[in-house]
Amino acid sequence: MLQLDGVSKVYRVGAFGGTGLTAVRDVSFTVRAGEVVSLIGESGSGKSTIGKMILRLIGVTSGSITFDGTDIARLDGDSLRAYYRSVQGVFQDPFSSYNPVFKVDHIFDLLRGTYFRDAGDADWRRKVEESLESVMLDPAQILHKYPHQLSGGQLQRLLVARALLLDTRFLVADEIISMLDASTRIDVLNLLGDLKGRGLGILFITHDLSLGNYISEKTVILSRGRIVEMGATGRVYGNPLHPYTRALMGSVPQLHRKWSEVEADLAAKGANVAGRCIYHAQHGTDGGPVAPDGVATGLVEAEADHFVGCFRPYLEGAC
Amino acid sequence: MTLQVTDLRVYYRTLAGDVRALDGVTFDLADGEIMGLAGESGCGKSTLGNSLVRIDGRMKYVAGTVRLDGLELPIADMDRMDEFRFKDISIIPQYAMSALNPTRKIGRMVADLLESRGVRFGEMRTELERRLLLVGLTEAVLDRYPIELSGGMKQRMVMVLSTLLNPSLLIADEITSALDVTSQRAVAETLVEFRARGFVKGMIVITHDVSILYQVADTLTIMYAGKLAEKAPTSVIMQKALHPYTDLLISSLPEVGVRFDERRLSGIPGTPPSLLNPPPGCRFRDRCPLAFEKCAEEPPFVEVAPDHSVACWKVA
Ligand SMILES: Nc1ncnc2c1ncn2[C@@H]1O[C@H](COP(=O)(O)OP(=O)(O)OP(=O)(O)O)[C@@H](O)[C@H]1O
Ligand SMILES: Nc1ncnc2c1ncn2[C@@H]1O[C@H](COP(=O)(O)OP(=O)(O)OP(=O)(O)O)[C@@H](O)[C@H]1O
Ligand code: SF4
Ligand SMILES: [Mg+2]
Ligand SMILES: [Mg+2]
Repeated sequence: MLQLDGVSKVYRVGAFGGTGLTAVRDVSFTVRAGEVVSLIGESGSGKSTIGKMILRLIGVTSGSITFDGTDIARLDGDSLRAYYRSVQGVFQDPFSSYNPVFKVDHIFDLLRGTYFRDAGDADWRRKVEESLESVMLDPAQILHKYPHQLSGGQLQRLLVARALLLDTRFLVADEIISMLDASTRIDVLNLLGDLKGRGLGILFITHDLSLGNYISEKTVILSRGRIVEMGATGRVYGNPLHPYTRALMGSVPQLHRKWSEVEADLAAKGANVAGRCIYHAQHGTDGGPVAPDGVATGLVEAEADHFVGCFRPYLEGAC
Repeated sequence: MTLQVTDLRVYYRTLAGDVRALDGVTFDLADGEIMGLAGESGCGKSTLGNSLVRIDGRMKYVAGTVRLDGLELPIADMDRMDEFRFKDISIIPQYAMSALNPTRKIGRMVADLLESRGVRFGEMRTELERRLLLVGLTEAVLDRYPIELSGGMKQRMVMVLSTLLNPSLLIADEITSALDVTSQRAVAETLVEFRARGFVKGMIVITHDVSILYQVADTLTIMYAGKLAEKAPTSVIMQKALHPYTDLLISSLPEVGVRFDERRLSGIPGTPPSLLNPPPGCRFRDRCPLAFEKCAEEPPFVEVAPDHSVACWKVA
């Protein structure tokens, strides 16, 4: 359904945009219908940049993003509007998506003005109510309220409801859980699970691996704009290969295991790969595309449905 | 005993009436204890933390006492609290990171703060640099503006600053929430390190993220709608929580290894009551699967085992 092919993004920074900052580097992956792919990495690793390129809020510097076989860079006018009927985004801070002056209904009215000019009042009302019910909100309790009268979880689900009003088939969910507290987190996660059951493709962006593990079939680990590891979620979590992935896993606060226990466990698991770059071991020392700083950007298949990239710069010395 | 809080009640004045955000809270914090404070958004965690340090004009002290190292704090008196703030009891407020003055260099800010407490910056400089190194920062940060530091660096900086005068008690309000997992771990481990080095005696660590508290807290206190539901050693709460709310809260957390397709976790249906005119009786009654007639009366917060207190009729 959605495919990224060798996508890179260079931001112009500095006075007069004199220098370039490579935020995303040679990234390729696919998201199929009915699949949740989690995109995981530290702050600044390029997650949101990828989300924004998919939503065409910013352009790609090189490479291509295709949706149902069409390069999205070529869309305009009607075809772009059609794209946005299918592809929608929800972002981290639910509060900032609302104007405090208006009742929450306003976000639906805006949508109606753009996409549903022909819908009659009764029709429109029914559509809104259906979408609210599909995210487990009671329309009577939610509509006609001001943003400050609702909880973060309710506001967040309301944004998902709005995204679903269109014939959404693909959703970019960028850190939509981190602002929510524990008891509402699980509701929003389950909602994503139900949506994938209905055939939506979802890109779930997060820095918290336990959330990604709960909901996704596929995991992509991003470090400094580059994919360092990717594959079936069970494989990546069960057998993390890249030093970066392991460090990330070691930092996730778990509920019944202390950091020190997790670390010991990871060290034991990693003993077989310690100090050896799997990418270069498989590829030979000169294989694959190389970025200007000497790090190879490609991936090799370490086991079925489990890919890993060069261990640099997390490995001392040469590969 | 470092801290004793007895029947503390602090409300917010609003046009519609009083918001009873902290409505009769009693607990002790032992010497050296790191107490984690968790609960849903809006349950009163920050109100509790702030009340121990600064009851400002929007708030109204209603009742209760706070004793620190045997001495009763004049918490209702903003001016008299001044001599305790920062020196004996220090708080890192929620959103402290985004509240840093963007136009002032970090070093200037530190100097201002120290001088406002009658401490000369020059005298503290060596100790400050030593502690910065300890958290992986160099004195160069003193010459930078807040915007030039990452979130994790800012939080470590704020931690060093707020404990520089070795207060008895540190209150850290949501200091890990806006950080990614790597920085969360660094910041949380710094708290434990500070206790080990004697920079602070006791701590109240506030966050809605129970898994962080599991990593660093000796005891966990769970709050619900302006009251304490349960307090016990961390391992007891994780394994044998007694309050129905604690139980539901902990089982709603996605653990590493649990998958939606295999085991769907469930949230807690319903929402907390309004604190403007909270209903009488147990405030969790509407959502509690075990509620019975008795719950129309308010359950007292009582010690049911050593160091384990609960407010629930089913338990007591
Ligand atoms: N508009 C922009 N102009 C210049 N640089 C940018 C811009 N947006 C992002 N960057 C830089 O690109 C890199 C990747 O940023 P991005 O927001 O994609 O990271 P992220 O993984 O989403 O991080 P976070 O977890 O903090 O949201 C960062 O170094 C960031 O500073
Ligand atoms: N200035 C204020 N005026 C009126 N009500 C307030 C004010 N500040 C907070 N409240 C209310 O008091 C209650 C407790 O708020 P508090 O900030 O202590 O919650 P919290 O547990 O820290 O929540 P969070 O997890 O979102 O930080 C909430 O219901 C809140 O709406
Ligand atoms: S007192 Fe009653 S309503 Fe409250 S938690 Fe206990 S059983 Fe539930
Ligand atoms: Mg981002
Ligand atoms: Mg708070």
